[in-house]
Order: sequence, then structure tokens, then C-alpha cells
Amino acid sequence: MRELSADTITSAVRDMCIEANLELPRDVADYIRTRSQQEPWPAAKDTLEKLVENINIAHNDKMPLCQDTGMAVVLVELGQDVHITGAYLVDAINEGVRQGYDQGFLRKSVVADPLRRKNTGDNTPALVHVDIVPGDKVKITVAPKGFGSENMSRLVMLAPSAGEDGVKDFVVETAKIAGPNPCPPIVVGIGIGGSFDRVALLAKKALQRPIDQPNPDPYYADMEKELRDRINALGIGPQGFGGETTVLGVNIEVFPTHIAGLPVAVNINCHVTRHASRVL
Amino acid sequence: MENIQITTPFSEADARKLKAGDTALITGVIYTARDAAHKRLVELLDKGEPLPIDVKDAFIYYVGPTPPKPGQAIGSAGPTTSYRMDAYAPRLLDLGLRGMIGKGKRSQDVINSMKKNGSVYFGAIGGAAALIAKRIVYDEVVSYEDLGSEAIRRLEVKDFPVTVIIDADGNNLYEIGVSEYLMAKADGKLG
Repeated sequence: MRELSADTITSAVRDMCIEANLELPRDVADYIRTRSQQEPWPAAKDTLEKLVENINIAHNDKMPLCQDTGMAVVLVELGQDVHITGAYLVDAINEGVRQGYDQGFLRKSVVADPLRRKNTGDNTPALVHVDIVPGDKVKITVAPKGFGSENMSRLVMLAPSAGEDGVKDFVVETAKIAGPNPCPPIVVGIGIGGSFDRVALLAKKALQRPIDQPNPDPYYADMEKELRDRINALGIGPQGFGGETTVLGVNIEVFPTHIAGLPVAVNINCHVTRHASRVL
Repeated sequence: MENIQITTPFSEADARKLKAGDTALITGVIYTARDAAHKRLVELLDKGEPLPIDVKDAFIYYVGPTPPKPGQAIGSAGPTTSYRMDAYAPRLLDLGLRGMIGKGKRSQDVINSMKKNGSVYFGAIGGAAALIAKRIVYDEVVSYEDLGSEAIRRLEVKDFPVTVIIDADGNNLYEIGVSEYLMAKADGKLG
């Protein structure tokens, strides 16, 4: 059994909170740059160029890309041969979030109670999801999630008869309803299958996959491509001012489901689709 | 695109000249408020008490900035989604609030109130928060410090970039921009 100190986890989470908020993943930044050159609609091109400028300023001046530095979604793949010492795993993660949001001058955007709404003051608690996996390593992904886009996400329990078309129509309808609100160009994470709870987590995990890496199953890779084209055909464009670039990426994750069910979740992310990962 | 220069305070007559799709640079004082501050402002109005800021001919920016690093006037400061303020905005528009700066759709109630009062809804670029921060030269909290990033702040801005999304006639760039793009595409006018 390999031992791993909780302090190591805390410092990694702290560093990733800061890093993810200042620097877009390479795939997302590269694609925004590419679209800023290819976008044919002048107003949209102008907006994309400003997004590129924002990425450059955030990098050079070490400033958060967006003022909504998010609620910290932390995905853990915990090798079953690892023994964490010194503190409880979730406490170690929350301490990392606390330090990262303080030391990185990030906004504290979490309220302790959904109705009584008093700010916790340190951006904790994180939303921690743990999967036990084989091996003696721990992979941690920190994905600060803004709520302008989170609020535009939707979930439906379709009847199996709705089939592939029902799933696709629900995704496109979700992007259309969202319109300018989630800061397009967006990234769309889609979960299909599992159960009510599982399908939402699938959609969240879909957002962590690089946008230039299609689903390994050609059937779903084709669906991702078709959905990109259909959402872009809506013409919403960057910021909703019209244009060709409405979506940066569409990622689908699936899981077996019940004979009576076809759950679908669509988790929308803005153009500031952030995540950082480390293997400890 | 040619930018219109706007200075605050801004008159109703000037506001009524702006058209959806115009791009502008704002210089002067703007106030910030988000959900929690709006709720408190409207509670004050319900009690017949004065507001901590004079909204007449003023602009409110829907933003909750990140904390400034030492030496910065303000942290990253892009717009938040405006519809969450829709329940409160008409009350302030009736008091002469001239401009709202945010991003995303507005309700028909807000648009009707804008038309009646001669006010404008501006969009700042959502997610371009580091870029926008460069145009904010001074920041002080004027009210509700306990709300943290949601406090009401008085910002001094210079050449703060915005686009008119909904003008005082109710024209809406979110509808016009998308349909113009789709028409140009259908006509084969895009490369």
C-alpha cells in the first residue's frame, strides 16, 4: 500500500485552482485563436479577437480569465492501493481550495445554504467526486465551474422511443434556449444513460475531455460532429451577436441504462472552459 | 467599427439616440450591483427609504469582480448574466436609471420599462474579464460591504467597451444580429 500525505493533495489542489483560473487548456485556447482567424461574420470575429486578447492579458498579468472563478469541481480517481495519511481526503481538498482562492486572489462565490445564502468566505466546499480505480496513483482534476453557463444546463428523462433523434433535439433545443446567456462560444458536455444522478455527472465529466478528442466510439463521435454543426447552424455566434462560431466543442459520455429509460443531461460551459489535472 | 463616446451621467435624450448594435466606449462613473444588492435596493424602496446611490441618469454594471492584487484598481471584472436582475430592474428604471451593463437576455417587463423610461441595455463581453479590468481606473465600495464581491461599488472607467444590445425603442441585437448573419449566410455572402 503506497502512502500519500494529505498535504501533497492540498498543495496540488491549491496550485490547480490558481492555474486553471489564469490559463485555458491548450485545446480550448488554440481553437478560440483559430476561430478568431476563420470566423466570416465581422462582429463575431471582433468578439473572438477580444477573447484572444483576454487570454493573453490573463496569461501575461496573471489575472483570472473571468471574474466568476467558479465553484471548484474536483474529480478524483483514487487508486485502491493508495493510503492517504494525515487528514481526510475531502478535508485536504477543501483546504487546497481555501488556500488557492485566497492566495490566487480568486472570487469567493459559494453560499453556505441555497436559500439563506450567506457566503462561506473561502469558496468551500468543493464539489468532490471520487472514483476508486486500480493502481497506486491519484489523479485529481480541478474544474472551476462558472454559473452563468451552469444555469443554462438541462436534464431530461426521455422515453426510449425518443431514440437518437430525441436526444439530439434536446441538446440543440438546450443550446437554443441558452442563446447568449452562457457566454458563447460554448462547450457542450452531454451525458446519456445511467440514472438521474449518474447522467449529470457524465455530462460534467464530458466537459473535461479535450475538445479536439472525439468519443472513441465512432457512433458517438459522429453524433458529436453532427451536434456541433446543428448548434452552429443556429447562428447565435460569440456573445449571441450572430455568427458562425456558437460552439467550440461537443463531448458525449455514455453509460448503460435501464430498459425503461433514456436519461440525457446537457451541461453547458462558456468559452472559459477551465480544468487542470495532476497525477500524484 | 466606429465607437460612440459616452460620458456619465447620461441624459434620456442621448440614450434615445443609441441603436441596437452600436458600439460605444463609456468614460465616467458607473455603479455595480448584482442579485443580492438589487434585492436590498428594492427592499429600501418598498419601505420608502432613500437609496445609497442616486440612480438618475446613472449606469449600473452587473458585476462581482475578483479581489484586486496589490497595486491593481480592481481584479477581473466581466459582466454577469442579467436576467437575474429582471425582477428588480424596472423599479430602478422608473427612478431614471439610464443604463444597465451586463450580458444575456432581458424580460419583456424590463424592455417595456426601458422603452417607457428611455433607458438602454448594454452588453460587455462575458468572460473577457481581464481585458475589461484594464478600463477600470478606480474602485471603491459605497454600500453593503458585507456582501463581499456583491457589494455596491463606484467605479471610474475610461473607454469601457460596450455594445448596445437593447435600445430605448426595444430593438434587440440578440434577434437582429442572429437574423442578419443567417440571412447573409443563406444569400451566400459569407466566404
